[in-house]
Amino acid sequence: MRRLYLFIPLALAVALGVVLASGIGRDTSSLDSALIGEPVPAFELATLSDPDGARTPDVFRGQTQLLNVWGTWCPSCRVEHPELMRLADEKGIPIVGLNYKDNRDAALKWLEERGDPYSVTLFDPQGAFGFDLGVYGAPETYIIDAEGIVRYRHVGVVNEQVWRETLAPVFEQYRQEG
Amino acid sequence: MRAFCLLALLLVTLNAAATSATYQFESEADRERFRTLTSELRCPKCQNQAIADSNAPIASDMREQVHRMVVEGRSNDAIMEAMVSRFGEFVRYRPQVEPRTWLLWLTPLIAVGVGLIVIGVLLIRSSRRSPESSVLSEEDRQRADALLNGSPRDD
Amino acid sequence: MVPEFGHFALILALALAVLLSSVPLAGALTGRSALQGFARPLATGQFVFIAIAFMALTRAFLLDDFSVAYVANNSNSLLPWYYKFSAVWGGHEGSLLLWILVLSGWTLAVAIFSRRLPADLLAQVLSVMGMVNVGFLLFILLTSNPFERLLPNVPADGTDLNPLLQDVGLIIHPPMLYMGYVGFSVAFAFAIAALMRGRLDSAWARWTRPWTTVAWCFLSLGIALGSWWAYYELGWGGWWFWDPVENASFLPWLAGTALMHSLAVTEKRGVFKSWTVLLAILTFSLSLLGTFLVRSGVLTSVHAFASDPTRGQFILALLGITIVASLTLYGFRAPAVHTRVRYGALSREVFLLMNNVLLMAAMLVVLVGTLYPLVLDYLGGGTLSVGEPYFNLTFSPLAVAVALMLGAGVFSRWKRTDGGWLGRQLLWPAAVSLLIAVIVPLWLGGFEPWAFVGCFAASWVLVATVRDIWGKSASRHGRMHGLRRLTRSYYGMVFGHLGMAVVMAGATVVSNYGVERDVRMTPGDQARIGDLTFRFESIGDREGPNYTAQQGVFEVREEGRLVTTLYPEKRIYNVQRSVMTEAGIDAGLFRDLFVALGEPVNGASAWAVRIQHKPLVRWLWLGAIFMAFGGGLAISDKRYRLRRRERKETDRQNASGVGEPAAEGGPG
Repeated sequence: MRRLYLFIPLALAVALGVVLASGIGRDTSSLDSALIGEPVPAFELATLSDPDGARTPDVFRGQTQLLNVWGTWCPSCRVEHPELMRLADEKGIPIVGLNYKDNRDAALKWLEERGDPYSVTLFDPQGAFGFDLGVYGAPETYIIDAEGIVRYRHVGVVNEQVWRETLAPVFEQYRQEG
Repeated sequence: MRAFCLLALLLVTLNAAATSATYQFESEADRERFRTLTSELRCPKCQNQAIADSNAPIASDMREQVHRMVVEGRSNDAIMEAMVSRFGEFVRYRPQVEPRTWLLWLTPLIAVGVGLIVIGVLLIRSSRRSPESSVLSEEDRQRADALLNGSPRDD
Repeated sequence: MVPEFGHFALILALALAVLLSSVPLAGALTGRSALQGFARPLATGQFVFIAIAFMALTRAFLLDDFSVAYVANNSNSLLPWYYKFSAVWGGHEGSLLLWILVLSGWTLAVAIFSRRLPADLLAQVLSVMGMVNVGFLLFILLTSNPFERLLPNVPADGTDLNPLLQDVGLIIHPPMLYMGYVGFSVAFAFAIAALMRGRLDSAWARWTRPWTTVAWCFLSLGIALGSWWAYYELGWGGWWFWDPVENASFLPWLAGTALMHSLAVTEKRGVFKSWTVLLAILTFSLSLLGTFLVRSGVLTSVHAFASDPTRGQFILALLGITIVASLTLYGFRAPAVHTRVRYGALSREVFLLMNNVLLMAAMLVVLVGTLYPLVLDYLGGGTLSVGEPYFNLTFSPLAVAVALMLGAGVFSRWKRTDGGWLGRQLLWPAAVSLLIAVIVPLWLGGFEPWAFVGCFAASWVLVATVRDIWGKSASRHGRMHGLRRLTRSYYGMVFGHLGMAVVMAGATVVSNYGVERDVRMTPGDQARIGDLTFRFESIGDREGPNYTAQQGVFEVREEGRLVTTLYPEKRIYNVQRSVMTEAGIDAGLFRDLFVALGEPVNGASAWAVRIQHKPLVRWLWLGAIFMAFGGGLAISDKRYRLRRRERKETDRQNASGVGEPAAEGGPG
């Protein structure tokens, strides 16, 4: 009986080993959003094309949409832009843009040159809304359901594979529920 | 041994100083509060630095917000809460005491407690067993002597 | 051709390691001394071939052979030769080769210095070390070959060594650290051999002790060097960040410290054997765990090697096999019987046991704090960070408790200590420490609870140690005679403990009374810390061998008198285009003055500057030197040299039943 105590270290070591094994290959750089399951924070922002128009979280009501955070200063945004174009044009995915800490003219020029995948682009030059949203590095892409609830966040470039394997399943799920 | 990832390289510069040097406070206490808060908030982008030491853009934004809230007179807890509601529990370098962190916070107590109990048990055993066993062996010896010699020896 | 020779040498070394791990062991188990005799030549051969491989890689670096991928990724033709040399261990593959070189070096050392060991025991110990060698040689050959070529497209020049690693501290830090990490493999091998033989006795503890002490000395120095390097090279003036990688090196140190103390009890009194042998296994396992954490990418760290899942899996498998096998062996063979040795509540046995409890608690705090986010994530508990505030809050009280226990423990005697006598011995240390703990903080700038506690603990250790020397050196033939009569191993202990006091004093004072100012300065501006005036004189360009720098000139004056001139730099390394902050530091025994350049503000006229006054910061590293020196003294004690001659007899005695009988199973 007493000998069993001597096996306690072994049991602990094995348990720790299982946890460590699960950690291998894990992506430690991206975080889950703190807003998952919460409504989009309140905001009142002009759009890129209309400096006087004020938009509120109502833009997220009615259908499941993507919210894409971007800026012309962000090299990765350049990389993912064609994929966003493809999603908007070929798949008809509604994407709201959030132009984050950027310059209006530069942003408009960017959309003119590369095409505009966004149904509407919110203009957030100070990054205030981005901050409330918990954006910590562009590009970030959120899935927001028809009730305006944040359902998912992807940090980093959206490419065909990310869309197919990560975003599309979540998006379809909420689109069908909505 | 310490080869660094490229990301880390970009972060070790002292940009933090650039911004915190420019912050104004109404009192020394507020400055101290700012120092504590920025050293206990973890940067979500560069991850192994407090926002006080990081020069990622988000860290500088967060410092700015902390500064604003400190000057507005919000409590430390409220400021932490505001950050956590946006960036998640991840940014708290000092984990909260809550059910999922009980084990973490109780580790030192459990470890020392278990250790003390073991020492206590060992001491009780040591004091209980040893005299008995030596008495027994004394008796054994006498019995053995008696058997061998026919009578107990006196010496 | 030479790199291929290196690669081939590694393969040969693997073959020898396989033989080493099996042939002598088989000899020991079957009692064939001819087979046991292979142990020493095999250990030598293994070392020689690994050394050849290491030299081949070094040659590739010194001759700028960029056809070797590892060289191309970690060196550059403009790099000064000494950094080319240290670049050998600047990346994952090369540092692993260094790891293996050190491991085979320790194996060779055991083969050389343990000639008096019973042949079958030596055969078993070397076989166990051979097994560890096999594991790591497989690791390097299968996943991390440093000799891989970039053919036929040989790059014209290398991508340079990471600028952070281009530093004197980094030339010696990894070898020291590995000497420590890997050195614990000897204690581990002795423990496994003893378990296999079913003979855990005082002799085993005595053989293990000097090896453990040497490894511990190296690890202490290695950690101190790392901390020193972080202090001046990372540019923040911090000296310990509780980063997972730092913790990874600290865990085996804590366990190793506990092991040294518990080995003392097992050697002298023959008790707590199961615990000591478990500690020996644990210490080396923590070394392996550290290696895993650094190289697998499971935790984010500023210091980690670029992560690669295959390597992570391989090293975890290695770790798993080592630990599961040794703990299974432990479960079956460790003595479960309690020895019938008596000790009182205030005996030295119990004090050393308390030391073990506290050190293990400290180790667990660091371990749990480091791995908790990972475990919680695995259990679906969400994300979480455990950082400096947690460790400061939990680790510091334990460190203080260790110090308090230590101060009382040095007076204690084996078996039992008289309580009243002990109390009288402690009266002086308590009074003096109280005085110091009140005066020093007030003198340094005001009372702080933690400063009081820390100063008390540090001076408690110091005064108790000195009082103990005084008491023990009393002699009819005068004080000098008494001092000379004390053994080297006693002085070793004294230095170890003084080192701890010095580190505690340094850590307490610098974290409570260090002053840090972030200021914006243009040339001509002044900033003040206390009586010191820092004047920003000028800033200009400077050309280094492989970087360009902007160098600031700061004059520090105290009441008009020039104290020092500091030259902090902002460097841009040409190849990787990375910016490095070189702090300007005026080092002193009682305080460091530290100036680091941040970024230019408002164009380039003004600079953000971090100015620091760090009292007693040098004591952190000085204490580590004390500790290592103490360890060196302890193992040079003539006790070990004499014993080496007597070992054969001791073993015969032990075999004939003087030592504790094994729990089950006869001698192997």
